[in-house]
Amino acid sequence: MTTSSPETMAAAELALPPGAEPVARSNWQLFRRRFFRHKLAVLSIIVLFFLILVCFGASWLAPFPKNQTNLLITPGGPSAKHWFGTNEVGQDLLTQVMYGGQISLKIGLAVAFFSTVVGVVVGAMAGFYGGWIDQGLSRGTDLFLIVPELAILGVAIQRLGRSDNSFIIVLAALGWMYVARVVRGQVLSIKQKEFVEAARASGASGTRIVVRHILPNCIGPIMVNATLAIAAAVIAESTLTYLGLGLQPPATSWGILLNQAESAVTETSKFYLVFFPGAFLVLTVLAVNFLGDGLRDAFDPQSEHGSK
Amino acid sequence: MTQIDPTGDPETNRILEPPFVPAVAPSDAPPVLSVRGLSVEFPTDDGVVRAVDDLSFDVFPNETLGIVGESGSGKSVTSLAILGLLPKQARVRGEVRFRGDNILGAKENTLRELRGDRIAMIFQDALAALNPVFTVGNQIAESIAVHHDLPKRELEARVVELLDMVGISQPAQRAKQYPHEFSGGMRQRAMIAMSIANDPDVLIADEPTTALDVTIQAQVLDVLERIQTRTRSAIMLITHDLGVVAGVAARVIVMYAGRQAELGTVDEIFYEPKHPYTRGLLASLPRVDRRVVNERLHRIEGQPPSLIFVPSGCAFHPRCPYADLQGLCVSERPPSVELSVGHCSDCHFAATLDERPVRP
Repeated sequence: MTTSSPETMAAAELALPPGAEPVARSNWQLFRRRFFRHKLAVLSIIVLFFLILVCFGASWLAPFPKNQTNLLITPGGPSAKHWFGTNEVGQDLLTQVMYGGQISLKIGLAVAFFSTVVGVVVGAMAGFYGGWIDQGLSRGTDLFLIVPELAILGVAIQRLGRSDNSFIIVLAALGWMYVARVVRGQVLSIKQKEFVEAARASGASGTRIVVRHILPNCIGPIMVNATLAIAAAVIAESTLTYLGLGLQPPATSWGILLNQAESAVTETSKFYLVFFPGAFLVLTVLAVNFLGDGLRDAFDPQSEHGSK
Repeated sequence: MTQIDPTGDPETNRILEPPFVPAVAPSDAPPVLSVRGLSVEFPTDDGVVRAVDDLSFDVFPNETLGIVGESGSGKSVTSLAILGLLPKQARVRGEVRFRGDNILGAKENTLRELRGDRIAMIFQDALAALNPVFTVGNQIAESIAVHHDLPKRELEARVVELLDMVGISQPAQRAKQYPHEFSGGMRQRAMIAMSIANDPDVLIADEPTTALDVTIQAQVLDVLERIQTRTRSAIMLITHDLGVVAGVAARVIVMYAGRQAELGTVDEIFYEPKHPYTRGLLASLPRVDRRVVNERLHRIEGQPPSLIFVPSGCAFHPRCPYADLQGLCVSERPPSVELSVGHCSDCHFAATLDERPVRP
């Protein structure tokens, strides 16, 4: 508490209860405090860290070498030696899931990043400049939206080669439209706000207004969409691979593992072949979505969401 | 605050062709901002809206010019036109000279350099005009950073200085808070701090106190006055509140239907109004000093005109108790008559208003 002279006390705002001092916290402190109020988001970030650590640390952590087959053992369910069980060719499922996560997570994060960047740029330009720029960009967005995604993906992957990088390129190229639409809508509504006019009246240029005044107000929806994009990309990779259009062994991903687990569809006793890769997939998608929620609230200085 | 004495001789009344120039400035300095024959039209589906119609006035350094009028009289459109902030479909004619250079229709880059730096604006609703996701200090710093490349530390020091200048206690801590953590009066002060950040030559205050309660209004007006003595900015105070104008402004323009009705010093407007509309406005003010039991407040008959179908001749004639409905008032638009130096009324009968019969 600083001691106030009578003059400063007189000048003090009426809204303050007597003796109360405005508490100044840094943005980062406020951000952290709002984020940590979101218990599920905190849990999600721990889960994601764990997943990333386990998957990308597979070289050191995995109990068996990658793709090591052991035809001498009977394929079986979880045991002390093989926590997640083994598949038909005797590969340790835990090892495979860990290595598979490397590719699945890499695709998910990279696709989310690139599609968000493209979507934000396209959406912000369309929303802010309007007119023929908006017409052109919006029609382009619509065009990409009506493209039969799965077919294009299948063909494009064949053309570009079945690598994780081609997955990233193609999925990002086919995934930015959702972010673009959301951002365009947000920009359209925020551009009407008086603070944008105030920024214009203070001499800010168009680019400056978009970058400094409008986009920071869209960070919530952008975050949520980015996390959704992670989930969508991981699922898209799994789907394509499951259909046989995607990656192929010896590369491994959660999609490949699910693809290989086809036999489990008919044999309930082999549930673990589907369960473990599937569980990792679901866990990633869920955690990422909760993280998106938490980030959205943390980015909004007016949010008063408690831990419900 | 500079005020001029109405020293002019009423017998030498001159009729001036618009755009006219008031003969005498409140100071010897040339006007910092002159508006000449400004007209703003908006094409709409129902017809063309004439928001501002042939408006001319000067703003001198270190003076406060009040612009009064009811809603839709073109006050805010005038201020937006000066800054070049009107939407694209607006048709703007006339001249806006800032320090001699016409800035109406100037290049966007030229205007951008003026906005916020030389001509700044205070908005009515500070909560809406402040960006909710940045701290107040951040936003004030931003309004400086747009025009001047200052190191971060200097920026921060300037922000604290500005907040202190507008009377916000503990400015250093307050700078780190968000707009929603401020009270209404403090937000308006923060807005003022933002607008004066670059020591502008002209400060356009568009209804700066309308959203505030009366005690806070007084504080904010006080801040404006103190700021002016420090920065010597010219202030264009746009308001519908005659009380605010009486307290702060030196000269006043009364606007009706996008046109000037009367221009004069505060004393002339309040004590010798020479336009029927000004008289009506003043008569409709509640007065504490005239205690009349059971008397209803005066009201101006009729409705403000639609700006698409502005009445012929004098826009005020359908509501004017002095109007000559068979003659001039309906057929001809009144010229601006300078009754004494700097006191102009746009009324055909400005000089003989007191002798005219009043319509029942």
